[in-house]
Amino acid sequence: MAKNLRTKGSKFIDETTRVCFKFNGNKYFGFKGDTLASALLANNIHLVGRSFKYHRPRGIMTAGSEEPNAIVQINDNTAFTEPNVRATEIEIYEGLEATSQNCWPSVNFDIGGINNFLSPILPAGFYYKTFMWPASFWLKYEYFIRRSAGLGKSPKFPDPDIYEHKYIHCDVLVVGGGISGIMAAKISAKRGLKTLLVDENPNIGGSTIFQNSKYYKINNLTSSSWLENEIKEINKLENLTIKTRTSIAAFHGYNFLLARENLTDHLSANEKKNKVRQRLLKIRAKKVITATGSLERPLVFNNNDRPGIMLSSALKKYADFFGVACGEQNVLFTNNDTAYETAISLDQKGIKVNAIIDIRENSNSELSKEVEAIGIKIYRSSTVVDTYGYKRIKKISVMQLSTDGQSVKGQKIFINCDCLGIAGGWTPAVHLFTQSGGKLDFNEEDQIFLPKIYPSKQISIGSCNGDFELDKIINNTLKILKEFLEIDETEYDNIDVSGTRNLNKRNIWLLPSDKILGKTKPFVDYQNDATAKDIKLALREGFRSIEHVKRYTTTGMGTDQGKLGNMHALGIIADTAGVKMSELGTTTFRPPYTPLSFGTIVGRNVGEFFDIFRKTPMNDWHVKNKSKFENVGQWKRAWYYPNGNESMHEAVQRESKAARESAGILDASTLGKIDIQGTDASEFLNRLYTNSWTKLDIGKCRYGLMLNEDGMVYDDGVTTRLDKNHFIMTTTTGGAANVLAKLEDYLQTEWPELDVYLTSVTDHYATISVCGPNSKKIVSKVIPNLDLSEDNLPHMSFKNTTIDNIKCRVMRISFTGEQSYEINIQANYGISLWEKIMESGKEFNITPYGTETMHLLRAEKGFIIVGQDTDATLTPIDLQMDWIVGKKKYDFIGKRSLYRSDTIRDDRKQLVGLLTDDPKEVLEEGAQIVANLNKKPIEMLGHVTSSYYSPNLNKSIALAVVRGGKNMLGQKLFIPMENKSIIVTIVDPVFLDKENNRLNA
Amino acid sequence: MFLINCPFCGEREQSEFKAGGEAHISRPKQPTELSDDEWAEYLFMRKNIKGIQFERWNHSHGCRKWFNIARDTSNDQIKAVYKMGQKPPVI
Repeated sequence: MAKNLRTKGSKFIDETTRVCFKFNGNKYFGFKGDTLASALLANNIHLVGRSFKYHRPRGIMTAGSEEPNAIVQINDNTAFTEPNVRATEIEIYEGLEATSQNCWPSVNFDIGGINNFLSPILPAGFYYKTFMWPASFWLKYEYFIRRSAGLGKSPKFPDPDIYEHKYIHCDVLVVGGGISGIMAAKISAKRGLKTLLVDENPNIGGSTIFQNSKYYKINNLTSSSWLENEIKEINKLENLTIKTRTSIAAFHGYNFLLARENLTDHLSANEKKNKVRQRLLKIRAKKVITATGSLERPLVFNNNDRPGIMLSSALKKYADFFGVACGEQNVLFTNNDTAYETAISLDQKGIKVNAIIDIRENSNSELSKEVEAIGIKIYRSSTVVDTYGYKRIKKISVMQLSTDGQSVKGQKIFINCDCLGIAGGWTPAVHLFTQSGGKLDFNEEDQIFLPKIYPSKQISIGSCNGDFELDKIINNTLKILKEFLEIDETEYDNIDVSGTRNLNKRNIWLLPSDKILGKTKPFVDYQNDATAKDIKLALREGFRSIEHVKRYTTTGMGTDQGKLGNMHALGIIADTAGVKMSELGTTTFRPPYTPLSFGTIVGRNVGEFFDIFRKTPMNDWHVKNKSKFENVGQWKRAWYYPNGNESMHEAVQRESKAARESAGILDASTLGKIDIQGTDASEFLNRLYTNSWTKLDIGKCRYGLMLNEDGMVYDDGVTTRLDKNHFIMTTTTGGAANVLAKLEDYLQTEWPELDVYLTSVTDHYATISVCGPNSKKIVSKVIPNLDLSEDNLPHMSFKNTTIDNIKCRVMRISFTGEQSYEINIQANYGISLWEKIMESGKEFNITPYGTETMHLLRAEKGFIIVGQDTDATLTPIDLQMDWIVGKKKYDFIGKRSLYRSDTIRDDRKQLVGLLTDDPKEVLEEGAQIVANLNKKPIEMLGHVTSSYYSPNLNKSIALAVVRGGKNMLGQKLFIPMENKSIIVTIVDPVFLDKENNRLNA
Repeated sequence: MFLINCPFCGEREQSEFKAGGEAHISRPKQPTELSDDEWAEYLFMRKNIKGIQFERWNHSHGCRKWFNIARDTSNDQIKAVYKMGQKPPVI
């Protein structure tokens, strides 16, 4: 194991900086610039994880973000831990600790491996079929299934890292920094267009940057040398921003893209201290150029998943870029010429290639001739029928393919190897294109899906557009860009390119074996352990839609979203069902392209910034006086003020008694306030509210109920006529914004002829309500210049006045049933006025009360709270508030709905009061109300909407909605609870002071 | 996420706007004269078509103005933006 498979120096790796890291507890060394995968391979480690279902040993397959197998947990048991990190993407740093996932007790000895031997009884849909019965056992099954399922462990501690969001606007966004992306970025930036180039890798250059083949020349330079010069040049361009380690997660409509910029994941703990870890870029681009390249396809054959089996292109990248040999005895298995390129690259690095198995009959390309000249044996018209070796491939068996490619013949040959590179052709990475709403077209000749219809100003270039050969890539890229950017010439017009390869492939989606399919394991989706067998089973069981097969077999549903195997799944379905690939279509590619951590999505919106909250002008006083707070909409409202160790119940009882016996004070600043002006203001109110407003005198207040057009109660509040054409409307705290929006809607769209202007003034005023028998005495002390007599300021009226020369409005309105004064003053004077009233009220034991006491006091009076006692299914008639509906009014919002056949039924749920037989028994809000406990199923008649113990009545009271409740006064009903049934009597909803004597006491 | 060209403010992000359902449904002038069915038609019945749909939008986090758009629901392309009270364009 302690072998070093590092070949001669690579310029992409800093061999002077040794980096120490841990994998599964063991110390290893790599170099700065290594990914975890390249460093492990250099240490001859292939076995990295276990598969999801069968727990088969799995190794590193790729060298990029498409990796299905080599996913690890980073820094386990720390707050910085992250599951499902692709070893092929994470760069090593000093102190990195990575551990294998999905295995217990260890990756070398995994008990779950027994599933591999049970696999004949674990086919597709096994869980669906097995754990259906009996239904009640599901909870037991689930416990065990959950333990063995899942990839990686979620972090146990809060994420200590910092994340950011950033908006970027650009003229041109280029996604992918390969050769075509670099050319596009240069052409665009040189024309003065603000250009952004992003690439998921630490360096731009794509696969061309390590392409040193003599077959690919640009202006007489190797393609890599030419590209190096280009990169040097574009780094100097003013209009170009290059972001590496940045992957596009999502491509939405209207060229809106989300990208994750990774800033510190490649740094050690010390280096990344106090730095932003990742940024979520929200990019709005006028034009998008997609140059995302292509992904090499594996081949699907028996036991194609053993550690040591990798993509041929990955072998080449590890050799050419990282200077790492993936094995000492390499064999390549291919259906096209790219494996020959790999063989030549490996040979140049002194890495031994034992043989190439090619399923084609012939390849007369220069590449194949060169390979033969090197002395590598080529087995043509042959296929691998099986592989051997449990934790690392040891050998393969090879047989001749029949002419139709459906069976094998001849003698079985065994070839030893410790690494098998597989090359199944290329799949254009069209994921982002389809995310954006683009439509694909199937190209029968190359057996690939290509972009066809672009939904926005975007274009695909390079191999993601189906061009795989260097000359084609460059020439087509230039042609496409000229049209897309509307330019006549580019700086590359005289470019001299040579470079072709024989991409003629023999496409066989599922390669045959000498064993029958049922006895083989040809994996299609490595991460989810879906085999060709499972797909065929799904088809036999009647699944036809690709989307259904995907869900049934879980093909393509892992963290890698099946980037490697999806095409094979489609191909196998098409072949088996006898349909064309183009008719079959593809499954939907959904964002994100690679997984995003929650931290990145949330950004800075954590903790107290998670949701904004609003504070009233008197908030500091409430905090100082130990108030408990309640969230109402976005407001923090004083809930109750416990004295010492008082419980909520005790505090509320004390506050409620004080308000009725002497004086209470409430912070009502959160109520919505809308300033309404204009010559048609009163007509407007008339159309909005159910009652009449035209005759309201100046200086008077009126309670109004607002409906939706469907007749259901929407909001309520008191509106005051300040002047002939000037009103101030109050709304519920939570409804303020929506009411304003609704009012604007009607004004702008239905009644534009009305001369009315609306302004939200909620935040402009501090509102203090003083109530109780002694409230008048207190207010007269605070505002001695105001005449508080019944003649001057009767109930439901208002006066402008001053306190210490500060203007304020005083309204006689009451939500408690007590004599009350509501004082509105400019917000920044709120706290001093509050303190002044507290001081003046001391001799009367003025008691601050919160929302809970307010709710109790209003319930004693049977006043509704919209949203608590109503739920958008109740009309004013249902609420027994017929008195507020202007029968004579020709029209108001919702009027017509009040006599629809449905709203005039007399068995609708109606608001009633409830009293419990046992006056100490307080009902639970939301409890169901029934008439007959014996007839099952029990018929529900309604539910409790508000319930309190009233200290002023010395008994439990409740409001409820009950079907046909209006006509059930005095009737006994039941409230079944877990261990008992509570007997209640339906009563009038007004429990206290029906005659309203206290208002003027 | 759409870019919507508010007729009063110019092009803005969709997140500044609120959708308000089908456009060109006027509140009946004399609701009391309508039968239950006619009123229900106004109250509840809305189209949900594939193709060009005329919709009300509100620049709720901007100028608070209502306006109409013509949107192709099959690809979310906005074909026209026009003010309240104007006739829908022929598309």
